[in-house]
Amino acid sequence: MISDQKVDNIIGSLLRFGVILAATVVALGGAWYLIRHGFAHPSYHAFVGEPSDLRSLDGILGGIRTLHARSIIQLGVLLLIATPVARVAFSVAAFAMQRDRTYVVITLVVLAVLLFSLAGYGGK
Amino acid sequence: MNVLEFTTLVGIVSAAAGFLGALTGLGGGVVITPALVLLLGVDLHYAIGATLVSVIATSSGAASAYVREGFSNIRIGMFLEIATTVGAVCGAHAAAKISPGALGIVFGVVLMYSSWLSIRRRPAPHPDAPPDPLATRLRLDGAYPTPQGLKPYKVSGVKTGFSLMFVAGTLSGLLGIGSGAVKVIAMDQAMRLPFKVSTTTSNFMIGVTAAASAGVYWSRGYIDPGLTMPVVLGVLAGSVLGARQLAEASSRILRWVFAAVVGALAIEMIYNGLTGKL
Repeated sequence: MISDQKVDNIIGSLLRFGVILAATVVALGGAWYLIRHGFAHPSYHAFVGEPSDLRSLDGILGGIRTLHARSIIQLGVLLLIATPVARVAFSVAAFAMQRDRTYVVITLVVLAVLLFSLAGYGGK
Repeated sequence: MNVLEFTTLVGIVSAAAGFLGALTGLGGGVVITPALVLLLGVDLHYAIGATLVSVIATSSGAASAYVREGFSNIRIGMFLEIATTVGAVCGAHAAAKISPGALGIVFGVVLMYSSWLSIRRRPAPHPDAPPDPLATRLRLDGAYPTPQGLKPYKVSGVKTGFSLMFVAGTLSGLLGIGSGAVKVIAMDQAMRLPFKVSTTTSNFMIGVTAAASAGVYWSRGYIDPGLTMPVVLGVLAGSVLGARQLAEASSRILRWVFAAVVGALAIEMIYNGLTGKL
């Protein structure tokens, strides 16, 4: 049986690791982005939406293979979004190990909502 | 202004917001979006997308420490996250349908409220309310560390708290903020949790709530890497510095500074929303 305190410690480490990893990837991609495009002119005044290769995992991974700076940053962003999702997924396992059936169900509901939204069904 | 100058400017604004947010305990998210929109002319949708991502970063970073210290109640957090994540998806969905002007006005009203919250006196500890049988069934009651050892507490108003959490989630998804203020009200006022348990559990929940709407924003193309990069890194750096500086002596003045900045942003946001400039 895994104690609540132990679960808390693992969740704490998981969150810390996720944030540090994501921030590192964002910073590396950001440095590369500034080297490549630092003297271009940004345009954020009007909303056009991101190109589709920055909106899907396949697109981002494709961009990373060609060292596309914006794809690297976007991977970091995705890691950051994935951090709380990983925390919830771990909680499902932890509650299962504690044989706490009510909370396995509650946590699975939250996980389903998160995956549903990430998969893009939350509204297009 | 080229990309380098723009990135530096956004980074500085975000770091300042993260610093003030950590010092006042209100989070920086609520300030960054209006600052980006009003000072730097960024489109509201891009600003909301970038801020939402930074909210996940600060919440998860701070939560990693609080969880280990044993203040956050993970069962309460998990249970209420059903309400906040469903609310967040609804809010993110609504954000695409509402005109930028109307969105700006809602944002302004929330800013006004945050401004007021930062300067009012913290309410006196509440008298004990009857414990909720639902809380016992869901095993929400817990204990938190005090200098005298672990102190147990009971939970009341579970249904009211749950409903308020849906509202908090909707606002979070609609405006890209953590809406920690509404979460704390739900837990502090409705569920009668100890204040430190409310604030840390709220913080713990913010990351998951924001991730629920971030998925929608991301797949809809509202999250721009070039803008998100300086916002996330700036806010993280600012809030880490802010958390180290938690000096009580100067926090009173800082709260007034924060309230004044947020109040001014609120008025400008509402004005721009009404005159169709967003």
